Amino acid sequence: MLKNDGIITPEELAPVLPPPARLEKGPVAIIECLQDIPCDPCVSACPTKAIKMKEGITDKPLLDFDACTGCGLCIARCPGLAIFVINMKHTPGMAMVSMSHELLPVPEKGQEVTALDRAGKVLGKVKVVRVINPPAYDRTAVVTVEVPAGQVNNIRAIRV
Amino acid sequence: MSRNTEVFVIGGGPAGLSAAHVAAKLGAKTLLVDDSARVGGQLIKQTHRFFGSSNRDAGIRGITIADKLQQDIKDVAARLTVLENTAAVGFYHNKEAGILSQNAYERVTYQAAIVCTGATENSLTFENNDLPGIYGAGGVQTLMNVHGIRPGQKILMVGSGNIGLIVSYQLIQAGVEVVGLVEGMPTIGGYLVHASKIRRLGVPIHTSHTILKALGTDGVEGAVLCRVDEKFQPVPNTEFEIKCDCICLAVGLTPLIDLFQQAQCRMVHVGELGGLVPLHDSSMRTTNPDIFVAGDASGIEEATTAILAGRIAGARAYEAVHGKSAEADAIVAEAREELRTLRSGSTGERIRWGRERVLKEAGEC
Repeated sequence: MLKNDGIITPEELAPVLPPPARLEKGPVAIIECLQDIPCDPCVSACPTKAIKMKEGITDKPLLDFDACTGCGLCIARCPGLAIFVINMKHTPGMAMVSMSHELLPVPEKGQEVTALDRAGKVLGKVKVVRVINPPAYDRTAVVTVEVPAGQVNNIRAIRV
Repeated sequence: MSRNTEVFVIGGGPAGLSAAHVAAKLGAKTLLVDDSARVGGQLIKQTHRFFGSSNRDAGIRGITIADKLQQDIKDVAARLTVLENTAAVGFYHNKEAGILSQNAYERVTYQAAIVCTGATENSLTFENNDLPGIYGAGGVQTLMNVHGIRPGQKILMVGSGNIGLIVSYQLIQAGVEVVGLVEGMPTIGGYLVHASKIRRLGVPIHTSHTILKALGTDGVEGAVLCRVDEKFQPVPNTEFEIKCDCICLAVGLTPLIDLFQQAQCRMVHVGELGGLVPLHDSSMRTTNPDIFVAGDASGIEEATTAILAGRIAGARAYEAVHGKSAEADAIVAEAREELRTLRSGSTGERIRWGRERVLKEAGEC
């Protein structure tokens, strides 16, 4: 369980996963922030106001999946590096995962990197399809990798 | 030699810088001393993004917040003198204090003092805990993020509070292998997003475990860990060895309070705040009416709340010298509201309880 070992279980993850119908429409964010902590930059990062906190700053973020466009602007703004964007509408059998990456070296587009799951277990090689690392992100690169569709909710880090 | 000031701020971390900035901006002649070579306190080594409200620095790295605070004090340089490499060494009667710089001792006469001395790191008792290669987490952060020196190649982290989790992440960023994180409690103490961040980079998190001893003769070569039961007693036959060349202790902080005791401020022991703290009211004024407190010295929290409490202390210390001010009131009201929201919710429960106890003892609430 998350609070014992830092690994989110499938049961803990279920409430923040977008419904299958939403996944068919294209990229969407998954906010893996499951604890009431005093933090809210994701709320102001969202251009479509899809992220809300009902009880104020110490509440968990709540994502309106239909309002989310999957733009990914929230990813690098999250101090907990807990936001991912997944895109199931890719080539058949494949999907894309976008995540924060704060380790050197920053990979390049087209590079093969090692995919890791929530426990740091190696899930194989994946290809980097996009790297966004502008000065405004202040050294938190947002890396998008192409992954087998079945691994889209397992791959959560990369080793370059 | 002696110096004369209206507001005397001891400590140039987030609390002291904010207090000095507000006091000087409102119009008080202010002197700030800090015993390190560069003001900024712990912020100068906090390379991670801060949590909190986007209205106040959330999502920004600690090192950037340090730059902002350093710029703020430059903006009030006409009224604020900053002395680095200078330690406050004691209070005298009649609103006098002694400061010691590298080669001179001076006396400071003040009208109100704000003591923002921060905290010291706790250690842990285990066999061989004096071997070279055993560090406090703050020391590791200073080595890595201020001086660019890795403490070792393979490190074991002890403690799963936010400091243990964040320093583990920074060690990985510096290219150090974190071989594991040990926590005596059954659950992770810090924010779970920080735990997930290091877990997915391959760091095993051993909750309900403790360190029994460090291995090695001239330096750390490993550690022996074991499980603990609900009463934190080692469970027999669960010992195992882990290889490492460095052990990092992130087992809490204790407010640095010697100056308050010396100034005869009444102290109160509040476990939730890290131990003995000077009793103070909601204006951050201690029982010695000339002395205010802010930051970790008033109870262990973090930089954002230290900044806000510093602003309150700075505003009230200004008023102690110059009399009531609507502008100071507005600063205090705004900071109090921000503190209230930051300390709300379940993760703020212990702090809230501790803070309320201090205020109750001080005769408020």
